[in-house]
Amino acid sequence: MAVGAQAATRAIEAPQVRPSAGLWSNAWYSLRRDRLTMAAGAVVALIILLSVAAPLLAEYVFKTTFDKQDLLHTYGAPALDPPAYLLGSDEVGRSQVVRLFYGGQVSLFVGFVAAFIQLTIGVLLGLMAGYFRGRVDDLITWFITTLNSIPTIFLLIIISALFAPGPITLTIIIGTIFWTGITNFVRGQTFALREREFVTAARTIGASSWRIMLRHILPNVLPLIFVLTAIDVGTIILAESALSYLGLGIVPPTPSWGNMLTNAASYFNRAPWLVASPGAMIFLTVLCLYLVGDGLRDALDPRLKSR
Amino acid sequence: MWKYVIRRLLYAIPTLFGISVIVFLITRLAPGDPIRLYTFGALNVTEEDIQGLRAYYGLDQPLAIQYVTWISKVVRGDFGMSLIYHQPALGLLFERMGATLQLAFTALFLQLAIGIPLGVMAALRRGSWVDNVVRVFGVIGHAIPQFWLGLMAIILISVTLRLLPSQGVLTVGKDIWDIPDRIRHIIMPAFVLALAGIANYSRYLRTETLDVISQDYVRTAHAKGLAERTVIYVHALRNALIPMVTALGGLLAVLVSGALVVEQVFTWPGVGQFTYAAARAKDYPVIMAGVMVASTLLVLSYLLRDIAYAIVDPRIKVK
Repeated sequence: MAVGAQAATRAIEAPQVRPSAGLWSNAWYSLRRDRLTMAAGAVVALIILLSVAAPLLAEYVFKTTFDKQDLLHTYGAPALDPPAYLLGSDEVGRSQVVRLFYGGQVSLFVGFVAAFIQLTIGVLLGLMAGYFRGRVDDLITWFITTLNSIPTIFLLIIISALFAPGPITLTIIIGTIFWTGITNFVRGQTFALREREFVTAARTIGASSWRIMLRHILPNVLPLIFVLTAIDVGTIILAESALSYLGLGIVPPTPSWGNMLTNAASYFNRAPWLVASPGAMIFLTVLCLYLVGDGLRDALDPRLKSR
Repeated sequence: MWKYVIRRLLYAIPTLFGISVIVFLITRLAPGDPIRLYTFGALNVTEEDIQGLRAYYGLDQPLAIQYVTWISKVVRGDFGMSLIYHQPALGLLFERMGATLQLAFTALFLQLAIGIPLGVMAALRRGSWVDNVVRVFGVIGHAIPQFWLGLMAIILISVTLRLLPSQGVLTVGKDIWDIPDRIRHIIMPAFVLALAGIANYSRYLRTETLDVISQDYVRTAHAKGLAERTVIYVHALRNALIPMVTALGGLLAVLVSGALVVEQVFTWPGVGQFTYAAARAKDYPVIMAGVMVASTLLVLSYLLRDIAYAIVDPRIKVK
């Protein structure tokens, strides 16, 4: 009888066994159907690819380098022949399209690395503020309020003007300024999560505070942090380009989308296309990053779907 | 109410303290000696003169002492003399405050005047072209680099079409009360500065309005036979606007920050442009005054936001 019941149960169970869909596979499933997000993601991937491949493209496709001057062909209008002048040439005859790809390397590097730094700081401080509460929380909150009360661009400008940082230092500086948004989000989530049963259970079996924070609370906040990070990469690229445009971020001869506009702005009477293309690249990259962020949010948490 | 206002005012003190420490440390820890820069190229400057100047500006004291000396003057509004203009730094900034406030408030007005109706219309006519414009614009408005938009506007509107002037507040030689001329000058910078806010407000208000019009009391208002217009403007919109007060504080931050870049693009003689020029010239007193003034404006705007929020939503005071 007992054996028979067991067999019966097994018979019913068998067809039900299938790999359970996890958070990410579910998200991927709905992302694939979101054409706008997929297209935006493809554009971001393409821009990254073109920037990383910039030296190869310069050598084999455009047959020039990012600093090769040609004083006989300055302010060249966009033309198909030679391919190096696809998007025109600048005030010393350098290929605009090649410099655009090289500029992308710098802008994207600053964007992604600074975003990673602010993500790390933001998550750690957010977890601490939300988990320990009390004094720790007061201190962190005070610091966030203070940092948020200094207009970001003013802070970046005085730091850049006085310290004249190189690209790597600038990336670190931006990373250590932008973390407040992530911290606020993680702090709020941690406040709620630390009261849940699974946290109490973990504490009961003797898990340390850091273990609870990193192994039990963090995984619950992580998905939406990726969304915020995608959006922050865009915001950081915008800030870096404004700073470089003002002559304080990435400084020539290293091309960045922002500093390519500094010179172009003085020559716009002769070559308006030199203004158009770097700005369009910034716009396109940031727009697609924002769209990916929005799409990712909808996919990860359908409840938040913007109507 | 007053208790809340006073408590909120007291909260601003540690924030301002933190800002002053950050600003002070950044300027003092920066490499490069302001005195050497100041005397650079001057003839007949001896080492003693440099030491003398350093003592005169108090730069030979320990950092903590320097901070206390500096902050005790700052609270009395004395940021010291500009190293370039030899005039009080704060006074120089206040001369340029008018231009910045003019630009920021014009932009704020545009944001509200365009953003709010756009958002409400989008919510009331879901799926219409207004709705689509608001949704697309809500993302695009944030992704456009302001300085690039400004440059493109100058190329297109000032250079090619010759419709509007590209820089300054006033045509040189015109009377300072020539209002039409001033308006022609402010249109482009104000719109460029307002763009992100218009995108933000319209998207925000669209969501809020959609939330509110699906609530029970709106259905009740409809059910008791009120005109559509009364329901929307008297009942729904009032509540949809409450969270806008919160958005206002954050957007003022964007305005103050954005103003610096936009002022630079349109050669608008405001606080941002002046602070930027000071930063490039390492004019320390002006840099510090500029950042402190911009940050204080921001702290004040957050304060006003919280107080306004407490007025429109009395529940907040209990907290």
